[in-house]
Amino acid sequence: MKGKGQQAVQPTLRPSGGIGKKIWQNWELYLFIAPAFLYFAIFHYGPMYGIQIAFKNFIPSKGIFGSDWVGFQHFERFFNSHYFWDLLWNTLSISFLELAIGFPLPIILALAFNEIRTGFFKKTVQTITYAPHFISMVVMAGMIITFLSPSTGMITRLIELFGIEAPQFLNEPAWFKTIYVISGVWQNAGWGTIIYLAALSAVDPQLHEAAIVDGASRFKRMLHINLPTIIPTITILLILNTGNILGVGYEKILLLQNSLNMEASDVISTFVYRTGLVSAQYSFSTAVGLFNSIVNAIMLITVNQIAKRTSDNSLW
Amino acid sequence: MVTSVRETKSDKLFLALNYMFLAVALVVVLYPLLYIVSASISSPQAVNSGEMWLFPKGITLDGYKLVFDNPKIWNGYMNTIIYTVLGTLLNLAVTLPAAYALSRSDFVGRNFFMGMFLVTMFFNGGLIPTYLLIKNLNLINTMGALILPVAASVWNIIVARTFFHSTIPKELQEAAHMDGCTNFKLFIRIVLPLSAPIIAVMALFYGVGHWNSYFPALIYLNDEVKYPLQMVLRQILVLQEMSAETTGAAISGDIAQAMNNKAEIASLVKYAVIIVSTLPVVILYPFLQRYFVQGVMIGSVKG
Repeated sequence: MKGKGQQAVQPTLRPSGGIGKKIWQNWELYLFIAPAFLYFAIFHYGPMYGIQIAFKNFIPSKGIFGSDWVGFQHFERFFNSHYFWDLLWNTLSISFLELAIGFPLPIILALAFNEIRTGFFKKTVQTITYAPHFISMVVMAGMIITFLSPSTGMITRLIELFGIEAPQFLNEPAWFKTIYVISGVWQNAGWGTIIYLAALSAVDPQLHEAAIVDGASRFKRMLHINLPTIIPTITILLILNTGNILGVGYEKILLLQNSLNMEASDVISTFVYRTGLVSAQYSFSTAVGLFNSIVNAIMLITVNQIAKRTSDNSLW
Repeated sequence: MVTSVRETKSDKLFLALNYMFLAVALVVVLYPLLYIVSASISSPQAVNSGEMWLFPKGITLDGYKLVFDNPKIWNGYMNTIIYTVLGTLLNLAVTLPAAYALSRSDFVGRNFFMGMFLVTMFFNGGLIPTYLLIKNLNLINTMGALILPVAASVWNIIVARTFFHSTIPKELQEAAHMDGCTNFKLFIRIVLPLSAPIIAVMALFYGVGHWNSYFPALIYLNDEVKYPLQMVLRQILVLQEMSAETTGAAISGDIAQAMNNKAEIASLVKYAVIIVSTLPVVILYPFLQRYFVQGVMIGSVKG
């Protein structure tokens, strides 16, 4: 802001002007945000309006507004049905397994990456481990099905090399969760390291120097300097993950599901898909979906609150 | 001095274990990928009987021939390209201006808009109400059903906003305003040219998303002619529909003669189709990897 007569007045005027003036001066910015605003209003808030059919007996010809209210009837039917506990158990156990195995692994991997200096080996391992992230769900499911095929699958034969008879992986409910979680780890653990590596790059080198002087080993420095630095990042990601505990990635489950493993693979979201879109029980299915969303929201808020109290890190 | 030597020893051991751990991770991730590549050019007998472990055996390109001769796969490919290009263009047209507006501290109401967008990250109407909306908008079985409902992602808007906020100097905007430059001109002539990295990142994230997506097509499309590649893949890889319709049309005389076994044709096609469908991403990936990483990094900066 070099004072050059008249021109210097303008920039100082701008911020000090009233709100009306600010809006007027930046009217184009509202035009900029209009498409996004419309998009979220129509395609995200629009469906929220449709949630009311969970409390109605939705009849397409009457429309969402015109259908009759039935209260909590659909919810009661769901809670009282014999599959309720199975669905809840499958959803929760898959989520928790995924959290217990899939969450720490990228952290360990990132800490390991961080110990080696940039070079060919590091670059190669990173490039390769990131890559499966870009494989589509359909191809991923296709790989799982092909590799686990009882007669010709690569993994089946690998196990038979040791003289053990391989199970019929995808046809046995007991194996479903393991397959789901391990394939997820294979696909995403490498990619998950990026965010931790970004956080690790912020470690103050002076801390390491001081620790070396004090005779701390590499392992100890990793444990007492590197790990604590990324704790805030870990916390935030943990909150985000827990908030999605009932939102198991159903696209993959849907692809791997078959009538033989159904008992272990049916989760709330695949159930919503089946009852809603395949059997067209719109209201009932919406009620089940709403139950799912509400539990997720409660989980998110609870975990966020716990994190806030205990560690000062939170989403809001 | 003695102690420091001992320290180095334990450090060396630790480093060695570290390298071993990473080497194991590398092998575990790499092996299935290499196996698919090799299997796609090996004879199905060698693959199915377990003779082929790493390097291709009984090299044949019949699998690719079948895939490239298949009109369904070509049609899916074309559709996917159209969905990806148009979808990504729309994504950019919605995301970039909105993110820029949100990055301006003198934009009155940005907290309102940001809040409105953020809510949708944690709460949504769910599958059925969304489906009913698409139906009411008469988008069922149209291209719009694959493109419009995913016109923007909150996460990407936040990433782009963070980029604009941290890299476009405020002074530049003030100077432009002093020269009588409108916000529109400022965005087109100054901000966008300075934002090549973020435009690349956004195009990549959205583009890969469109390329790999199958679920919207599954629920909104009923006309197979409009199916994207992933839906065709689903029929072949997951539903194992190796019917005459999926593969038969493609079998030219000599291949059909060489292989009268349907299962063999099926396994030939599977590996080749995985490669062909993933090829564009695989070819571009090494060049674009740093952009992808950059995108995640920008996103991780407190937004």
